[in-house]
Amino acid sequence: MNAAQVIFILAAAITLFSALMVVSVRRMMHAALWLIVTLLGVAVLFVLLQAGFFAVVQVLFYVGAIAILIIFAVMLTRQVMSEKAPQLNRGWVAGLGVSAGLMVILALVLRNFPGSTATAVADPSAGNAVALGLAFSDPSGFAIPFEVASILLVAALIGTIYIALERKGGEQ
Amino acid sequence: MDFWTDPYLFLVNWLQELLVGWGVPAATSAFLLMLTGAFILAMGAMLFVLGLIWFERKIAGRFQDRFGPNRIGPWGIIQPLADMLKIFTKEHITPDGVDLVPYNLGPVLSVAAVLAVWAVLPFTLSLVGADLDVSVLYVVAIGGLGEIAVVLSGWGSNNKYALLAAFRSVAQLLSYEVPLVIALLVPVMLSGSLSLNDIVRGQTLPYVILAPVAAFVFFLTSIAEVGRSPFDLTEAESELVAGFNIEYSGLKFGMFYVADFLHAFTISLLFAVLFLGGWQGPYAVQYPMLGLLWFFLKAGVVYFIGVWMRVSFPRFRIDQMMAISWKLLTPLAIAAVILTALIAKLIPTDGILRTGSLLAANLLLAGCAMLALILNRKKKILKEFPLSAASGFSVKDVTGKTQRSAQ
Amino acid sequence: MTAWTYIGIFLAIALALPAAAIFISWLLGPKKPDPIKRSVYECGIETVGDTWVQFKAQYYIFGLVFLVFDVETVFLFPWAAAYNQLTLFMVLEAILFILILVAGLLYAWRKGALEWV
Repeated sequence: MNAAQVIFILAAAITLFSALMVVSVRRMMHAALWLIVTLLGVAVLFVLLQAGFFAVVQVLFYVGAIAILIIFAVMLTRQVMSEKAPQLNRGWVAGLGVSAGLMVILALVLRNFPGSTATAVADPSAGNAVALGLAFSDPSGFAIPFEVASILLVAALIGTIYIALERKGGEQ
Repeated sequence: MDFWTDPYLFLVNWLQELLVGWGVPAATSAFLLMLTGAFILAMGAMLFVLGLIWFERKIAGRFQDRFGPNRIGPWGIIQPLADMLKIFTKEHITPDGVDLVPYNLGPVLSVAAVLAVWAVLPFTLSLVGADLDVSVLYVVAIGGLGEIAVVLSGWGSNNKYALLAAFRSVAQLLSYEVPLVIALLVPVMLSGSLSLNDIVRGQTLPYVILAPVAAFVFFLTSIAEVGRSPFDLTEAESELVAGFNIEYSGLKFGMFYVADFLHAFTISLLFAVLFLGGWQGPYAVQYPMLGLLWFFLKAGVVYFIGVWMRVSFPRFRIDQMMAISWKLLTPLAIAAVILTALIAKLIPTDGILRTGSLLAANLLLAGCAMLALILNRKKKILKEFPLSAASGFSVKDVTGKTQRSAQ
Repeated sequence: MTAWTYIGIFLAIALALPAAAIFISWLLGPKKPDPIKRSVYECGIETVGDTWVQFKAQYYIFGLVFLVFDVETVFLFPWAAAYNQLTLFMVLEAILFILILVAGLLYAWRKGALEWV
């Protein structure tokens, strides 16, 4: 059991535990904070896979932007300081059954997937930002998805502004 | 190698050999050395803040035509230490109804987020904590953790003013992160790597000459990210009382204070790394410890300019701050990136033509931006005083310059 | 990998140092809790009602515009890192990318999404 395995087990355990806490704590704000812990755990897993660029981007986006947006959204929709909602609705037994079944099916599919039981060899040069940049710009590489991504981002921006400002105008 | 040319490398190798000689396996000895180095760096940074506080108080005092602290120790140099001892022994007053984990984690995470940047800074040719290949993005990501610390403190205080102030502060941090990250693209482009170490080594000519607009945008946005004057709205006494750290007393408040000063110096170090050439200077390659001296001198100059700005300008209103970030700095940064990308690719060989055209394009861009600002101001004045054009007064009358008689 | 190990160690120390300092200060300080000291600060008046905050939608819009531009810039970082090996055509491609997003910024500007209400 070398150090990388110990760290992996720790990081995975923390990630899973906080993911569980996200869905089971009572106050929404606490759920948002546990989500931040989960996302940081995933970033540590990226580092263990030798994908330093993606670990840093994960923290930058998910923790630095999306988690803050989620906290803003939680604040916007509820009186968050004094809030206790019921944790389970009536269909929880069926939900539990469906998720357990899904997990079993996925485990069976992955086990029969070729190469899934081999130990992955992480390639240190594969997560390189320079290689990624060349792939983005190369016309025979990912240049078109690169441009489409920008159009998608602008579409998301325009859509949200339209909806949000319409609502603000409606309230006034 | 010799002790005198590079004491740091000599010391590290000597310690490594010592530990291996005692029978410690090589991996563990490397780990122990990393642990020791990290501890010394973190302690050193925190103790360095005492010097920064003294420097700022003295300089601010001189700008305001008074002595700074001068009673305790020669030139008041022991004053911050005395303050630190005092704040260490204050009572921790925890208000009712606080959420203990976020409340206590806030100040700790605030300091940790700033300290973590010191791990990737290249201090000399050989002295780098962690030579990450994505250091630039790491620095930005750690800033995101700092924002989370603000939210934790504001929310954990169980005080609606603290919460409001925390959200305002986060809105300011988010708005200024956009031009910051865009301006960071320019040194990355010019050096071809995301690693701070490579950026320093790639600066045969400091990037502040090749990309002054990007340097200006980076400097201004970093000052706003730290929350210093003139961007310190969330700490203003008459607004939201002291901001998100209302309910903190004693050393927890002291930690926010430490984080503030340390962050201000850290951005000065970053500016020196990205735009002023880092540890480069005369004889920095032969005697790496001199590189440390040049690095801290450059950062000290930038820090001095930050203190100068702090004592000279009145603070911005929140809507002015947002307007500056989104409507001035973001388009300016984007234009700087586009110009640098085009020119540096059209003239790919390093030389006086490339430097000259980059500099000229940047100055042209700065000129256009200032023209836009002046025209915008004239438009605003005309909107506020619509009769001034009709009755024959010139716009300059309103601003108090030339006089022309009414008709 | 050693670089990331150092980062991990450093983060742990960076979190532990202020925590230790605050703990020592808690040990050293007086502990005299008092109902008035422990009440929440409200400019000197007693608090009435629960502490809650009605939130402006403008914060969320700022966060969203920030997210879009953050994603754009992070897409551009690998391109910038590979800049020295790119041709002029590839640089123009990325400038097209930036210009599409500038169009989005202009839309947000004109619609008043960037105003602080």
